[in-house]
Order: sequence, then structure tokens, then C-alpha cells
Amino acid sequence: MNNLLRLEEGVARIVADDPWQLVRDPQAARPVGAAILPLSRWLEIPSHNGVWLGPDDEVESLQPWFARLPLIALDFPSFRDGRGYSQAYLLRTRLGWAGELRAIGDVLRDQLSHMRQCGFDSFAVREDKSAEDALKGLAGMSVLYGRSVIEPRPLFRRR
Amino acid sequence: MYQYDDYDRALVFERVAQFRDQVERFMAGELSEEEFLPLRLQNGLYLQKHAYMLRVAIPYGTLSARQMRKLASIARDYDRDYGHFTTRQNMQFNWIELAQVPDILERLAEVEMHAIQTSGNCVRNITTEAFAGVAADEMIDPRPLAEILRQWSTINPEFLFLPRKFKIAICSAEQDRAAIMMHDIGLYLYPGCDGHMLLRVMVGGGLGRTPILGLQIREGLPWQHLLSYVEAVLRVYNRHGRRDNKYKARIKILVKALGIEAFAREVEEEWQYLKDGPAQLTLDEFERVASAFVAPPYRDLSDTHLDFGTHLAENPAFARWVQRNVQSHKVSGYASVVLSTKPGAAAPPGDVTAEQMEAVAEWSERFGFGEIRIAHEQNIVLPDVSKADLFTLWHLACEHNLGSANAGLLTDIIACPGGDFCALANAKSIPIAKAIAARFEDLDYLHDLGDISLNISGCMNACGHHHIGNIGILGVDKNGAEWYQITLGGAQGKNSALGKVIGPSFSAAQVPGVIERIVDTFVRYRESEELFVDAFQRIGLEPFKEAVYGKVPQVSA
Repeated sequence: MNNLLRLEEGVARIVADDPWQLVRDPQAARPVGAAILPLSRWLEIPSHNGVWLGPDDEVESLQPWFARLPLIALDFPSFRDGRGYSQAYLLRTRLGWAGELRAIGDVLRDQLSHMRQCGFDSFAVREDKSAEDALKGLAGMSVLYGRSVIEPRPLFRRR
Repeated sequence: MYQYDDYDRALVFERVAQFRDQVERFMAGELSEEEFLPLRLQNGLYLQKHAYMLRVAIPYGTLSARQMRKLASIARDYDRDYGHFTTRQNMQFNWIELAQVPDILERLAEVEMHAIQTSGNCVRNITTEAFAGVAADEMIDPRPLAEILRQWSTINPEFLFLPRKFKIAICSAEQDRAAIMMHDIGLYLYPGCDGHMLLRVMVGGGLGRTPILGLQIREGLPWQHLLSYVEAVLRVYNRHGRRDNKYKARIKILVKALGIEAFAREVEEEWQYLKDGPAQLTLDEFERVASAFVAPPYRDLSDTHLDFGTHLAENPAFARWVQRNVQSHKVSGYASVVLSTKPGAAAPPGDVTAEQMEAVAEWSERFGFGEIRIAHEQNIVLPDVSKADLFTLWHLACEHNLGSANAGLLTDIIACPGGDFCALANAKSIPIAKAIAARFEDLDYLHDLGDISLNISGCMNACGHHHIGNIGILGVDKNGAEWYQITLGGAQGKNSALGKVIGPSFSAAQVPGVIERIVDTFVRYRESEELFVDAFQRIGLEPFKEAVYGKVPQVSA
């Protein structure tokens, strides 16, 4: 995918050579190379492919496949649809997904820090936006009152 | 009052810098209107009919004198010398320039204030009642838990793009003055038999176009679980609340669709993963926050004061003000005072000038401990006034047009800004409030009528809470014309009720006359000192209908 940011050891960088291609259509032909597929298509051709879920999909359904999955992506059909944040929380904190978790869809600079807090570690910034510019949105603010996936202790346990 | 530490301070200043950058990017065309919209809303900024409106958070309605003076300075320097107190204890400035908003927010940050999450599809300002900490009928001071919730819900990354707005209120008095049953989450705090704090949790209350009272999902929740339980509710809502239709997106619709038992089961199931985890509150944290709300250094006063008694006996106007606008206090010799922002036709409900704000700040220091409260009825409360000072304060309040003796009376009208300002409104609220206030100028008569709440909303978003007014007025649009639908019998508090529609709607010119006929009917049927709402419960809608429409209600107006 183009326009991709990835966190590695806490450092964010722009990835120029991301090998994944995103396949949105469940009826699409068998892709050449590594692809991120809709769940129904992934179940047909799981080998070496990643999967993406929409906000209506149940993240729990992926758990049996964790060992075989190289990557999970969560789709934001609109940046105003916040279900992906709870899906990410569940994948990371409850279901124990430790592999790459990618935000796809309407992924914009001003929401990146929230996504990072909820456990995403790669971000496919919307194609018409600048990845360099989006990098500035990843840090967010220095204070988090509550807790998040990457800081499970609320501030009152850290004050 | 809660005092910011380095974390709180860093957060509000960083937020100002972040929004300054976003405003600049929007003005430079780097952010589209659609992309900027939720960013500005989550910083309290609306685009209204004539200008931007900035809604400043007043957490649980508590302000210091210094903060009130800052609001006055903002009204003077950036608005037209006034501000408007809302039904959610916040302050709105109506005439704001976008480019100046970051500077205004920076001024607010200097006095530990902000506008974070006063709008948008996120957890809004946590509210409680205006007499928290001082009311004679209070069991536990709700402010420490309100502040803890405020912090936890502020920029909580998982819950910033909920299906719709989310309002939480907490109360712990015999009389529920925080209207908790009309909130997305209503929390009632009470002592268990061993003295520990417990919470009753209600969900799914709300007004708007589908008014519903909240239903209980949990009784006896130990306070340590407050955050984890609210988190469980929010996660269930964030995942499963409807997003296809903004009018069906509040949590009340989800609760209704699932049924309260099934919804409660979902929450309990989610909560099993969270309880006893890191979100569990610690006694240390509770005590850290609670120490900010310790009682001020009250003097040892007798509950009776000779001069006060004399003034009461000799000055009927003062006595009437004391009867209506002075509330009993938990400390002997003290009282809480309601400064009415409803002087009649002279000013819209909730509107306060910069000069009045400064006067209130001064009185709060002179007669109290520098603390001010905003009531959801849009009035100002001075929580700690010694009875010996009431007479002087009353004189000053009258001089500044804040001394109307009408708290809880028909002219203590609760109203949204309506069509004069609001881009959502179907009809104007302020001229209706003024016309009614002008019709009922006789204070003796108003006092004889006793408690009657009258609420006006300019549209079905119900910011004026018309559903829970004893008399509710709702602005509706009929082929481009402004009409008003009237409901009767609504009530807030422990006996909350939603008003019933009396019949076809009225033109603005008809409304004062209709209200008069409703009041006349009440007087005709009233038994001794009966309250309006009790009389309505007893006699029902029919006599009012008959008085307003004649024997046969017309099919449509």
C-alpha cells in the first residue's frame, strides 16, 4: 500500500516499500502477491494473506486464525465512525493479537494519535493526503487521563 | 474547588496549541469543512446562523470568582459584552470570530478552563446539581466523582467518535436536582448500610425527538467500579449503537431496541473483563480529588440572626425573595442563594452581561468563599452566604437586575437560544419567553401560583428540556412558519415525567394567551395549596384542553 506510516519500536516512519495490496472486493480474482482480503475471501485463500474487517464485523471471529494471520486491518469507512477504536482495543487487550494492526480507509492526520493509543501500529493514510504531514498527527498529546491499549494504567495510577 | 496540577495544565495548553494548528490548517484550506467539523465541535465551536458560537465547559457547574472574571473579559473582548448560561451548566458566547478562538481558549486555559468536548459525538460535560456540597438534603458530595469522571472522559481515545453525543449526570441528594433520569447515564450516589459509597446506574434517558426516562441497570455498584462500569456501557454503545440515522443514534434507541434486560446483560458481560482491573479507582485517587472539595472555613454562626429576622418581618419583597431564592444550607447560619437570570422581558433566560459577571464574582468573594455555581435552570448560585449578609446581597442583586424573586416560579423560564441564534432551531424561543414574562408580571400572583416550571425549546433537540417542564413549549415548523406545541405535566427530579401534548400547535401571538388559559384552569381546579404538577396528575389533560380549545379540539391549527 502507498502512503503508509508504521511504528517500529515506538518510532514512526513512512514505509515506501509496503508489500501489501488491499483487495476490497470479496469477488476479486486471486491476487498476485501478498494481499489484505475481506474476511469471506480470506477464508477461501488464507495462505500468506492478511485480512481486513469492516466496523460491522465481529473481531472475535478472527481469534481462531491468529496463528495463521500475518496482518489484520480495520476499515474506517468514515473517520467519524469510531467502531474501529473499540475493535482495536478488543483485538489487542482482550484477544491478544500481537501482530501488525493496520488502519485503512478514511485515515487522517488528526485521528492518528487516537488510533495509536488504541493499538494500531500501521496507518494507511488516505491517498489524497500527505504522509509526511500525517506523521505530525501521530504523537498527539503528552497527557492521557484515562488509559489505552499502549498505556493500560490510568493517569491516577501514574501521577 | 479542584485545582489543576501539572498534568491538567499541560493537557489544556497542549490542546489549545493543537486546535490553533487545526484552525490555521482549516483557514489555509488544508482541512476540508467536513474534516474540520468534528475537530471544532470537540473544542466547543459551533457555526450558528450569524457567527461561530463557543461553548465553554463549566465542569459540574462550578466556577471560581477568577474564572467568572475571565468569562467577563472574554465577553467584553471577543463577544458583545454578554454570555449565555445553558441548561447543561455551560456558558455560550454567540458572536465569535473563528481566528480568535485559539486566543480565547488560551485565556481560558490560564484560569484552568477549556471548551473540550462541549460538543461532538463524545462524552460531554459531566453535570451535577448546583447545590452539590452544600445542600441540606445531600447524602454525599458528588463533585469528587464528577471530577474523576471528567478527567477519565476527557480525550479518551476509544470514545471520541461515538454514534452520538453522550451525557452523564451524577447526583446524591434527596431531591434529584440534576435531572439524572434524562441523561445517557444517570448516576445516583448513596451510602450503603456499612457507610460505603454506592451507585445506582441508569441508562438510556434523554429528551430530543424521542424523549425517554433512563432505566436502571445496576443497583449498589461500589464507587471503585465507577470508571470500569461506565467504560463497559460506552464500549457496548460504541460497538452496537446505530450510526445509519442520527436521530436513532443515541444510546436510548439501542437500549429500547435490545430491551433493558438484554442491554444490562451485555454491559455486565463486558464489565466482567474490566472489573478489578487497572481502571478500578483507588482510595488514594479519591482522596486526592476529594481534598479539593473540602468545606471552606465556615464560621461558627447561629442559625438565627436578629437583623435578618427583622428584615424578613419588615420587608415583604425581601421575605419573598428569601422564600423563593434562598436554599437551606448544611452549615448552620449559612444559606445558598439563587441569583435569577430571568428578570422578565428585559433579558433572555440565561443571558448575563460582563458587568453582571464581574459583580457576581465580587459578591462571591465578599459574601462567600469565592465560589459560584451555575444551575441547569440557567441561574447563578452563590453557595455559601451567611444569613446576616442576605439583605445586603439582595439589594445589590436587585441593583444589577439579578434579584428577581422568581426561582421555581412560572417566569423562571428555561429556554434555549432558539431561532434567534441557533442554526438547528425551527422557531424562536426568546420572544416567546419575553412575551410570557410580560404577561405574568404580577409577582403576588406568581407567588400564589407556586412552583411551575416552564421550558421552551426551539426545536425537537430539546435543549430547553421542554418535555420535563410542567408546561413545555416546543417550536415546530409548519410550511416555513413558526408554530408552538404545548405539553403539560412534565416534571424533573425523582418523580420525573414527560409532558403530554395538549393538542394542535399555536402561533407565537397565541402562546401567551394559551398559557394564561392553562394557568386559569389550574387556579379553577386547584385544591388549597396544591402544586400545578400535582393538580395536573389529579385532573389530567382534559380540563386544560377544554379551556384552551373549547369543547371539541380542532383537527389542526
